[in-house]
Amino acid sequence: MAVEIDTSAFTEEAYELLSELEDSLLELEESPEDQELIGRVFRAMHTIKGSGAMFGFDDVAEFTHNVETVFDLARNGTIPITKDLIDLTLGARDQIRAMLDAAAGGNAADGANAARIIAGLRALTPGADGSPPAAAKSAAGKPAEKEDAGPHTFRIRFKPHGDIFANGTNPILLLDELRELGDVRLIPFLDDLPHSLAEIDPERCYVSWEIFLTTEQGENAIQDVFIFVEDECDLNVRMVDRSEALAEDGPDKRLGDILVERGDVDPEVLEEVMQPLGERLVRSGLVNKGKVEAALTEQQIIKEKRESKKQQAAAQSVKVPSDKLDHLVDLVGELVTVQARLNQTSATLNDHDLQLIAEEVERLTGELRDNTMSIRMLAIGSTFNKFKRLVRDLSKELGKQIEMTTAGAETELDKTVIDQLNDPLIHIIRNSIDHGIEPPDGRSAAGKPSVGRIHLSAEHSGANVLIKVTDDGRGLDAEKLKRKAIEKGQLAPDAELTDKEAFQLIFGAGFSTAEKITNVSGRGVGMDVVRKSIDALRGAIDVQSELGQGTTITLKLPLTLAIIEGLLVKIQSEFFVLPLAAVEECVELTREDVSATHGRHVINVRGSIVPYIRIRDRFEVEGDPPEVEQIVIAEVDEKRVGFVVDDVIGQHQTVIKGLGKTFQNSEEFSGATILGDGTVALILDLQKMVRFVEDQEHVEAGISG
Amino acid sequence: MDQDADVEESQEYEESAPPRAAAKAASPQASGASGETTQYLTFQLDDEVFAVDISKVREVLEYTNITKVPRTPDFMCGVINLRGSVVPVVDLRLKFGMSRSERTVNTCIIIVEIVQEDEVTEMGALADSVKEVMELEHSKIEPPPKLGTRLRSDFLKGMGKHEDQFIMLLEIDRIFSTEELSIANHTLS
Repeated sequence: MAVEIDTSAFTEEAYELLSELEDSLLELEESPEDQELIGRVFRAMHTIKGSGAMFGFDDVAEFTHNVETVFDLARNGTIPITKDLIDLTLGARDQIRAMLDAAAGGNAADGANAARIIAGLRALTPGADGSPPAAAKSAAGKPAEKEDAGPHTFRIRFKPHGDIFANGTNPILLLDELRELGDVRLIPFLDDLPHSLAEIDPERCYVSWEIFLTTEQGENAIQDVFIFVEDECDLNVRMVDRSEALAEDGPDKRLGDILVERGDVDPEVLEEVMQPLGERLVRSGLVNKGKVEAALTEQQIIKEKRESKKQQAAAQSVKVPSDKLDHLVDLVGELVTVQARLNQTSATLNDHDLQLIAEEVERLTGELRDNTMSIRMLAIGSTFNKFKRLVRDLSKELGKQIEMTTAGAETELDKTVIDQLNDPLIHIIRNSIDHGIEPPDGRSAAGKPSVGRIHLSAEHSGANVLIKVTDDGRGLDAEKLKRKAIEKGQLAPDAELTDKEAFQLIFGAGFSTAEKITNVSGRGVGMDVVRKSIDALRGAIDVQSELGQGTTITLKLPLTLAIIEGLLVKIQSEFFVLPLAAVEECVELTREDVSATHGRHVINVRGSIVPYIRIRDRFEVEGDPPEVEQIVIAEVDEKRVGFVVDDVIGQHQTVIKGLGKTFQNSEEFSGATILGDGTVALILDLQKMVRFVEDQEHVEAGISG
Repeated sequence: MDQDADVEESQEYEESAPPRAAAKAASPQASGASGETTQYLTFQLDDEVFAVDISKVREVLEYTNITKVPRTPDFMCGVINLRGSVVPVVDLRLKFGMSRSERTVNTCIIIVEIVQEDEVTEMGALADSVKEVMELEHSKIEPPPKLGTRLRSDFLKGMGKHEDQFIMLLEIDRIFSTEELSIANHTLS
C-alpha cells in the first residue's frame, strides 16, 4: 500500500515535470541561446530520471538517461539547439508520458518509437557524423561566449604578505595594471597598521585591498596580473552576481565576510562582531557611521527577504486533492445557507444579542466564502501553455507557419471553469489554424506576413472573464455562411441576417464551410460542442470577423460556478433569483404604464424603449398581479430587457445547486438555491429565457401574419 | 409473523406452477433461485398498494414545502431541499393517471435512489401514505399482466399478492427515467 502511494507521488511529480519540460522546450525553440532554459530542460529530465530509477521505473529512467546525455552536450554547447533537437526532445517527452501512462495501467508504450527517438538524438551528437560537430561547435560556442560576454564585475581580495616588498614587488603597480583591465573601485584596508609610528616597519606592507573590477576580460586575465606574486599574497577573485548591487556600502558587508573567511569570526556571531567592526571602520575613517548602519540594515533586510522567500516556497508546495477542495466549497455553501437562516431568525426574534452574533457570523462567513473561492482560483496560464504545443504541432502538420502569442496568463478563474474550458478552446484554436490562417503562399498573395498569428488573451471584466482567440487569417464570409446554411436547410432562403447573426451560424450542429475535411477539422462537430460547453458554463460567445483580416472569438465566462450574487424576487408566493451581475436597475410598472402601451410589452425608461417579459405569464403563476409591479432591467446579449415581478426582495448570496438531469429541458433555470427558511428558489437563466421568448414570438408573429 | 406464515404457504402453492413463470418474474440478479426473497416498501396511492425495492429507498420524509418548477408537466411536483441538495419530487398519482389527492398528515415523500443516464441520483415520490416493509419471494411475484392494470406495463416489475390484496411492484428506474420526466416543456404552451 505504502509503495503504491509513493509511486503515485512520483508519477504526479513526473507529469508536472513533463509539462514544465514541454513549456521550457517551446520557449527554448524561440530563444535557443538562453542558457537558463537549457538548464531548466536538463534539470527536469534529470529529476525524472533520478526519481524514476528510485521508484522502479527503470525503463523511464533508462530512456530519459539517453535523452539527457544528448541534451547535456547541448548544454555544454557541443551541439546546437536546433529545431530537430527540440522536435526529438518533445517526442521524447511524449514517450516518457506514454511510459508513465503505461505503468499506470494505460496502453503499453511504443518501444519502437523510443528507439527511433534515441537513434535520432544520437545522430545529432558529434560522434555520429564527422562534419556537423565543427559547425555545431562554432554555432553553439557563440551563445556560450555570449553568456560570458559583456562587462562583469569581479571582487578581488588582495592581501599582500608583510614581506612582499622584499622581492621588489610594488603592489601599487599591480593595482595600476588592474586599472588597465577596466573600471576599478578600490577599498584599502588599513586595520593592520600599528597604532604608533614607532612600531611601523617601513619595509613591511600593512595594507590590503578589496578591488571591484568591472571588465570585459575573464577571470584568467585578472589571475595573470597577480601571477608573479601568487606566493606573496592572499588572493581571492570572485565574479559578483550581476544583480547584486555594487553600491558603496558593499565593502562593509564584504569585510565581515573576510573576517569570517580568515577564521577570525564565526559566521554565527558575525552580526555581533559587525557592531565593533563597524565602529572600527568609522574610527579609521574608511566609512562613516551611517554607511555601516545602512549596511547592517541591508543585511537584515536580505535576511528577512530570504526567510520570507523560503516561506513562500513552502506555501507554494502545499498540494491538496481537488475533491477535498470541492467538499470544502460544498460545506461553505451550506454554511452560507445556514447563515442566511440565522439572519432571518434573528431578525424575526428581534433579540439584540442574537443579532450581534448573527452579524459576526455573517462577516466571518463572507470572508470564509471569499477565501475558499480564492483557493479554487487558478491562473489560466497553464492552459495557455498547452495550446502552444497544439499550435506548434498542428501548424507543422498543415504546413502553415503560425506564431502564437498570449496575454493575461495570470488571469484567475475557478478551477472547474478552467477544466471545462480546455475542449472548447482546442476546437476554436483548431478552427483558426485549419480554416482561419492561410498557407504561407496564400498569405503572401494577400499581402500579409507569411507567418500567421494567433493571439490568446484573458482579462477580467466585472464578474466575468473574457477569453479571446484572435487570428489574422482569412476571416469569416457572412454570405458564404448564409448560402451554406440555406443549402443545409438550416435557414430559410429569404432570411435576412446581419453579419453578426450569420457568424453565429458556425455554432450550428453539423455546420461546416470547409470544402474538404481534414483530420483536424471540417466535420462540423467542433463549434456546436463549443457552444454547448460554454452554455454549460453559463458563458456567452461573441464572434467578430473581418473578411480577409481575421476573426476574433470572445468567450465571456463567469468567474465562479459555485456561488453568485443574486437578486431575490417574488411572484405571488414563489421566489426566484436573478443573477445580479446582469441586473442594471429596477423600475416600477403601473397599470397606467401597461395601458399606455396598448398591452405591448415595452416600457419607456428615461427615453429608451425597453421590451419586457412578464415572468408571471411566462410561468403561468396563478393569482392576480399587484397594483404596482416591478421591472428588473438586465443586460442580456447586449440588449436591455425587463423582467416583470411582483416584488424585489433584495440581494441574496446564492449558492448554486444543480437541478439535475430530470430538469434538463427546463433550460430557463440555471439551477436552484436554498433560501434562509429552507425552501428552494429557482435561479433564472435570463439569456435562455430571452431566446425562448424571442423564438416563440417569432413563431406567433409568423402565424398571425 | 402472520405475514411470514402466509409467504410460506403461498410458496408451496407456487411450486406446482410451471418453473418458467417463476424464472421470468424474478429479477435478473437472482434468476431462478426460487427460495430467495426481496424486501419491499409498500405504500398507498388512492386505495391501491404499490411497492418499491427497499434497496432503492433512502428515506421517507414528511410532506414539506415543494417549489414548483414552472413549465414542467403536472406530475412534476417540483423540488425540495434535502439537507442542502435539491431533489425533484414526482406525484406518482398524476404520473399514473390517477386523480390529484388532498394533502393529509399521512402524505409523505419517499426518497429513492435511482440510476438516471448512468448517474445515481435521488428522487422523491409523493405517496398518500407509507404502509410497511415486507418480504416477498421471487417465486411469488408474477409478471405484470399486459392489460387490465390501467398502468403501463413497463412501469411494473411484477405483481405480488398479500392478504388478498394485489401489490404493484414498481420499476422505479423506468418511471423516473429522464425521457419519462422531462417531456419537452417548451412545446407545451
